[in-house]
Amino acid sequence: MIKNIMRLVVASAIAVFAAPIFADGHGCKISARVSIVGNEFPAIHAVADGAKVCKGSEVKANLTADHQKINVAGMSGNPAEYTSAIIANSSIVALMNNDVIRPLDDLVAKHGKGLKKNQLITINGKVMAIAFMANAQHLVYRSDILEKAGISAPKTYEEMLAGAKIIKDKGLMDYPLGGAYKAGWNLAQEFTNMYIGHGGEFFKSGSAEVSINNAKGVATLEMLKALSAYMNPDFLTHDSNATSAEWKAGNVAMMNMWGSRMGPLMDPEQSTPTVVKTTTLGDPMTVGGGSTPATTLWWDGWTVAKNISDAEAEATFKAMMNGINPKRLDDKMMPLAVWLIEGFKPGPANVGVAAAARMNAIPYPMLPYQGLLHSALGSEIVDFMQGKEDAATALADVEAAYTAAAKEKGFLN
Amino acid sequence: MKHKTFFWFFLPTASAMLLFIALPIFSIVIQSLFTPHDAVIIVTENCDPFGCKQETTIDQEATRDLRKSEPLGKFVGLEIYKDRGHLAVNEVKEIWIESNNFTEFKKNIGNLPFYRAMAFTLTFTFTVTPLMLVFGFIIALAVNSLHHNLKGLTIFFSLLPMIVSPLIGSLVLFWMIDSRGIIGEALQYVFEDPDLSLKASTGLTWVMLIVYGVWHAAPFSFVVFYAGLQTLPMDTIESAKIDGASRLQQVWYVVIPHLMPLITFVALMQLMDNFRVFEPIVGFSAEAHAQSLSWFIFNDLGGETRLLSSAATSSVLTIIGVSILLFPVLIRTWRDFNEKSAK
Repeated sequence: MIKNIMRLVVASAIAVFAAPIFADGHGCKISARVSIVGNEFPAIHAVADGAKVCKGSEVKANLTADHQKINVAGMSGNPAEYTSAIIANSSIVALMNNDVIRPLDDLVAKHGKGLKKNQLITINGKVMAIAFMANAQHLVYRSDILEKAGISAPKTYEEMLAGAKIIKDKGLMDYPLGGAYKAGWNLAQEFTNMYIGHGGEFFKSGSAEVSINNAKGVATLEMLKALSAYMNPDFLTHDSNATSAEWKAGNVAMMNMWGSRMGPLMDPEQSTPTVVKTTTLGDPMTVGGGSTPATTLWWDGWTVAKNISDAEAEATFKAMMNGINPKRLDDKMMPLAVWLIEGFKPGPANVGVAAAARMNAIPYPMLPYQGLLHSALGSEIVDFMQGKEDAATALADVEAAYTAAAKEKGFLN
Repeated sequence: MKHKTFFWFFLPTASAMLLFIALPIFSIVIQSLFTPHDAVIIVTENCDPFGCKQETTIDQEATRDLRKSEPLGKFVGLEIYKDRGHLAVNEVKEIWIESNNFTEFKKNIGNLPFYRAMAFTLTFTFTVTPLMLVFGFIIALAVNSLHHNLKGLTIFFSLLPMIVSPLIGSLVLFWMIDSRGIIGEALQYVFEDPDLSLKASTGLTWVMLIVYGVWHAAPFSFVVFYAGLQTLPMDTIESAKIDGASRLQQVWYVVIPHLMPLITFVALMQLMDNFRVFEPIVGFSAEAHAQSLSWFIFNDLGGETRLLSSAATSSVLTIIGVSILLFPVLIRTWRDFNEKSAK
């Protein structure tokens, strides 16, 4: 099933030569207001800019890293302030839980020409979002440092650890590993990756009851801690931005990082020349002898608000469709992401995400209560990472914190 | 003042207080007693770019009906106050029974978010408040004894830490104390420890936050005390001088008693502000080491989880905490007031 993405990549390559079948971007005419809220990174900007090309009515976009704090509130009113929210597979859950987005089946039928089936995010038989890009974390390494250390690119986290030791022992770098381990969302994401790599299940099947306090959970934590020993001591304050900065400064030799961050690392205008030359993308790593890569697949897509008039919904759909119009995939937009849009040609910055899909990585779970667990992980495993408590206690704390939150939200009794 | 005059005089203030203070407080108290309805969960087939699979989702139709009939949610009384994220009543009981001695009890209690946050918040409040009073007072005395040509410029620079917005100020310091920043590297050099990291150690993070807190708040007490110093009764000072009082004795026996009402005022404001410590935690990305109730509220309201009842409960607990802190100071003010009116 996950071969879809590979099929897509191949299909996209073909589609490039047969492009001009789709709607003309300059002909985008709308008759009601469009207001977009979404995360802030180059690929999202590109989509919003495409929506803004539409003529006939105002198109506003509020793109901010704090989008998750405002999107539900901004779509709860009637009429909703935002007519569209750009989200990912984790954040669509909050919009679903709060019942603020509308099914798009009729709009897809009317204006969705050119959308591929795998772009339609279908929940309980209804299209709830249109995906436009894929993302995943994977290995990235400095070929020069690895060569000097006499090691090859790691296939597993165990090899990564061994390699880090060699680099450190040879005095090539003090902190050879990097990673977005900032307490909170980022650290919880690394746990999620590693736990999936160990083949762990987050919940007792078919229920909201958490079950991570087990041997796999302990192994996950031990591995995270072992890795952190080779990281900058400030690692609990480093998010993807800070980790990327460390990388660009040439302080890191290997890390697990988002595919969407690869472009800037290899951009001569943003990074140091040696780093640009030697930054090499690898496959996502496995861990503990497992075959499932220790990473998660993500999609980004857009939704249409529920509490708006049908005219506004139609205008929003048309404008967003123009944002992801295959004609807009020029030299500037192409390398920004692994686009799910027709006509996408994968470049050197995209091979990691494609590899994650090829290796059957698991998509980040779209469960209504996964966010609560993510949040509990982000705050409760910090003590373990600092060496203040053992793994089992940390996992018991996570379970207790999750249970309290899930009870409050009505998922558990 | 006649009662009628007083009423009309006070009416605008009273209505504003009712609208902007009393009603919101009433609203969060109500919200803290309710939680969302039990979610009606169904298993559906969901599809995304990576394929289709059976997944659990919320049954929107059923949940909508529940919400419509009881929009406030499910009444739970004080359940949220007692859960693990807040007062953790059951957990504390268990820890009390299981712990062999007080040290163990303290360690295990520190594992519960509310008490961990309290430990930091109270340490912060009770170190920053006295320190900023002392520093503010010393700066005020120093500036007051300067030649008047220099005063304006000195006052301007002394006020700078307060003018810089807290989030910006803490972010600037955050990068300076980074292990690759100017202060971080300097400390590593001074202590000859290349692995020294202020951000990685809980103790040092607390010290850093406290230093920042004093740096940011001292100008406030300075400016208030400086204004107070302008009203010093010169004849009392002169008679003290004639009686042979040293400069220190003048400060201790004349200046401080004269400024006492101001000191109470600043202490009151600062106790309240410091108990709500928030910006430095965000600015310094210090949530791994230090949390406060305000940070919990922020965390509950943002992100994908949106624990609104929990945020309301933390808000009520903050109000209760501030009231407890201010109680002694308020009593003192009340007594002073009564004494004065008795004279």
